[in-house]
Amino acid sequence: MDLPEPLAELITDFTTVGPKDRLQLLLELSEELPELPPRYADHADQLEQVHECQSPLFLAAEVQDGRVQLFFKAPPEAPTTRGFAGILHAGLNGQPVDQVLDVPDDIPFRFALAEAVSPLRMRGMVAMLARIKRQVRAKSLPE
Amino acid sequence: MPAPVDPSAKLADYAHPERLVTTQWLADRLDESRDDLVVLESDEDVLLYDTGHIPGSFKLDWHTDLNDPVNRDFVDAGRFAELMAQRGINRDTTVVIYGDKSNWWAAYALWVLTLFGHPDARLLDGGRMAWVSEGRPMTKDVPQPAPADYPVVARDDSAVRAFRDDVLAHLGGRMVDVRSPGEFSGELLHMPDYPQEGAMRGGHIPGASSVPWARATAEDGRFKSHAQLQEIYAGEQGLRTDDDVIVYCRIGERSSHTWFVLTHLLGFDHVRNYDGSWTEWGNSVRVPVETGAPRL
Repeated sequence: MDLPEPLAELITDFTTVGPKDRLQLLLELSEELPELPPRYADHADQLEQVHECQSPLFLAAEVQDGRVQLFFKAPPEAPTTRGFAGILHAGLNGQPVDQVLDVPDDIPFRFALAEAVSPLRMRGMVAMLARIKRQVRAKSLPE
Repeated sequence: MPAPVDPSAKLADYAHPERLVTTQWLADRLDESRDDLVVLESDEDVLLYDTGHIPGSFKLDWHTDLNDPVNRDFVDAGRFAELMAQRGINRDTTVVIYGDKSNWWAAYALWVLTLFGHPDARLLDGGRMAWVSEGRPMTKDVPQPAPADYPVVARDDSAVRAFRDDVLAHLGGRMVDVRSPGEFSGELLHMPDYPQEGAMRGGHIPGASSVPWARATAEDGRFKSHAQLQEIYAGEQGLRTDDDVIVYCRIGERSSHTWFVLTHLLGFDHVRNYDGSWTEWGNSVRVPVETGAPRL
């Protein structure tokens, strides 16, 4: 199974550098997480909370023309959680539905982050991916 | 020479006011050249320090710095000496620790420093949130410490740390469970909104009192006053300062916070933190577990 290309590139980026640079990458991705458009920023109830995360994280997945659009809300005082969201955004946003649904559920563990970040936190990212896939599945069913 | 004690009136009522500093006291010292004081940030979120921190402070990561990578235990004396020396700390240095989540991990770090008998370790009252909410200076600059010489001092776990067998021997004695009510009763195996931790049994250690850690803090993240704390732990729970008390939570960080409250703010003589906590107890074979709401 081929991973979406941006996601595969991110895995390469993370796994070819040392632990310190890995955290720096995660920090950069947390800073690059886009702001919410007004339709979500002003209507937070349209987002789904990922209760498994250690900090309040909300997300929405949309399907437009067969491609996935992702939206995240995470507080700046939780940069690790934002960084996980940043990975998923950079790796999956704009990708075809089938490709996103085929992403293996254990993909968060392929970024070599478990040694720098406690295992408990990694499960937050697993839960984000699961909720994204569930929303994508629901929104891409034939009418 | 350690730094002077913060003389603030708010701290004066606590049993050990020398274990706490206010944001103002610390801010006043940032302007001085201060070779008697080192500030450490210890957070739950491993990236938070890198987004900005109190000028001159160093990061101390609970997961990668304080834990032994192989054993479920803390680092040994040699590694601990290295961690301190790398941050410009010697045995006479006053160490002020602060962090996120109302100082959970800061209190945990302070407790680990206590295992190594570091003489002067203090918490910043209110932690990172108090400092940030007052608009005080933050920086991304990582300081270059002056080299320090920290001795290799053996860890002494006997006074403030409890292991599973200590807890078994203590059944019938005073214990404080600082987790949420749902975790205490056994309905939940994890904090509300937190991932499933995977304990085989839910509930609490038989005989433990339920006092969620956050009851010791005010809304701004600072500790409640001595009188308010006294009302909770002595008035409501009937704990006495000469009681032999064991505190626990899920992995030992929230209970470090309560250990700090009982030991340093209320002046209890003998409080041990069971850092194995529920992740160990709830998975251990042949240990008793009690379920149900707290009895008051």
